[in-house]
Amino acid sequence: MRSFDYQRPATLTDAVALLERHGPEAQILAGGTDLIIGLRDRTIQPSVVADLKQVPELRPAIDEQDGWLSISAGTTMTQISAHPAIRRHFMALVEGADVVGSVQIRNRATLAGNICNASPAADTAPPLLVFGARVLVEGPAGERRIPIDEFFVRSRETTLLRGELVKSIELPVPREPVGAAYLRLTRRRGTDLASITLCCGVEPSGSTRLAYGSVGPKPVLFTDKSGVLADPATAEDAKLAILEEMLSAASPSPRSVRASPQYRRAMLRVLARRGLRAAVERLRGAA
Amino acid sequence: MPRTLDVELTVNGAPRRLEVHVHHTLLDVLRDQLGLTGTKECCVVGECGACTVIVDDLPVNSCLMLAVEADGHEVRSVEGLARAGELTPLQQAFLDKGAAQCGFCIPGQLMAAQALLEQSPDPTVADVHEALAGNLCRCSGYEQITEAVLAAAEEMRR
Repeated sequence: MRSFDYQRPATLTDAVALLERHGPEAQILAGGTDLIIGLRDRTIQPSVVADLKQVPELRPAIDEQDGWLSISAGTTMTQISAHPAIRRHFMALVEGADVVGSVQIRNRATLAGNICNASPAADTAPPLLVFGARVLVEGPAGERRIPIDEFFVRSRETTLLRGELVKSIELPVPREPVGAAYLRLTRRRGTDLASITLCCGVEPSGSTRLAYGSVGPKPVLFTDKSGVLADPATAEDAKLAILEEMLSAASPSPRSVRASPQYRRAMLRVLARRGLRAAVERLRGAA
Repeated sequence: MPRTLDVELTVNGAPRRLEVHVHHTLLDVLRDQLGLTGTKECCVVGECGACTVIVDDLPVNSCLMLAVEADGHEVRSVEGLARAGELTPLQQAFLDKGAAQCGFCIPGQLMAAQALLEQSPDPTVADVHEALAGNLCRCSGYEQITEAVLAAAEEMRR
C-alpha cells in the first residue's frame, strides 16, 4: 500500500472543505471494507484519505422524524440489521444488509459506503430503490437531497459533486404496510458477490416496484401502477408480459467472471417471479 | 515519505501507545510492531477471516482496518484468550473436538467464535454457521469447528 496523507476532520465543515480542496485526489474512509482493498492492490491511489468517523453528524445513528427514517452515514450493516424500526418497516433492506460479506465485514461496512462505492451488485441498492430512499448530501453549497434513483451512475461513480459527502440516507416510513422482499443469486451459498440482485415491493393499491442490479452498469427501478402484477385473479401470461417489459433494461456484461449474459437474463426472470410472489405473500400476511 | 501518527489503543487488556504508519493496517501493526503473530495474514481482501480480531466486542477483519482507525479502541487478538497458560473453554473445545488441523485459520475461527459466544451464549447450529461464514478452513474441518463452538457454549453456560 502506498502512503497517503491521513486526515481525520472533526467537523462537517472541515470534512467538506477537505474534500473540496482535494477533489478526486481524496478518498473517504468510512468502513474501509472496499477502500482498503483498493488501496492495497493500488487500483485506488489517493493523496488524501479522509476518515470521517470523528464527524459528530456522521456517527452511527438511526432516527425517525416527520415520517422519514434517517440512517446516518456512519451506520454499519450490523446496526441496520439490528434496528427495530428498520425491521418493522423495511425488512427487505435488512435482507440486503444481512448478506453483505461476512459478519466481520458487516461490523465495519456502512450503508453510505455501499451506495457510494456504487457497485452494480450492491445488495442494499435494490431495497433502497424500492422503498424510495433519498440521499441527504452536504457540500460546499450546503445541503441537498438526491433521490436514490438519480444517485448511481456506474461502478465507483455517483452523482455526488466535488466536495460533497453523504450525511444520511432517508427512507419514507410507509403509511400502509408494503410487502417487499430482497433476493439474490450467488455462485455459492456462503459469502459471495451477487450475480443478480433483486427487490420487489407491492403496495396495498397493487402498485408494484421492481429494482434489480448486477445485470448492467447500475441498479435500476421500474414501477407498474396497473395493479395487474399483484392481482391474484390475473392470468400468469399477462403478468409475465409486464415483468418482461420491466426486465428489458438488463444488459449483463459478457466480460463478467461471475455469470454469462444468457444465464443472468434467464435467472433474472426467475428471481423476478419469485420476488413478486414473496412480496405479494408478505403484503397479504401484513394485512 | 512515510507518514506516521501516534495512537493509543488497548491490546488484550493492556493500554498501548504507538507510533504507526498511516498506511499500515491493524493486522500489520499487530504482527510486525507488537509481535502478536497469532493473527494471520492470508487473503487480504476480507474473504478468509484468518486475520479476525475483536474490536470493541465485534469481530472484524484486521486486514481491512487501518491501524490509525483503532486509535482509542479496544483490540483483542488470539493471544488475549488464554490466561496464565490456561486455555479458555473455547480453545479447549477446539482441541477436544479435533477442530484444529493445519491450524492456520484457527486464531481467526477462535476470535469469530469468541465474539459469537459473548453475544449469544446459547447459539444454534445456524448461528454458528453464520458467525463463522467469513472464516475459511482449507482443511475443511467445518464439522469439528462447529461441534467445538457448540460444546464450548455448553461448557460456558454451566
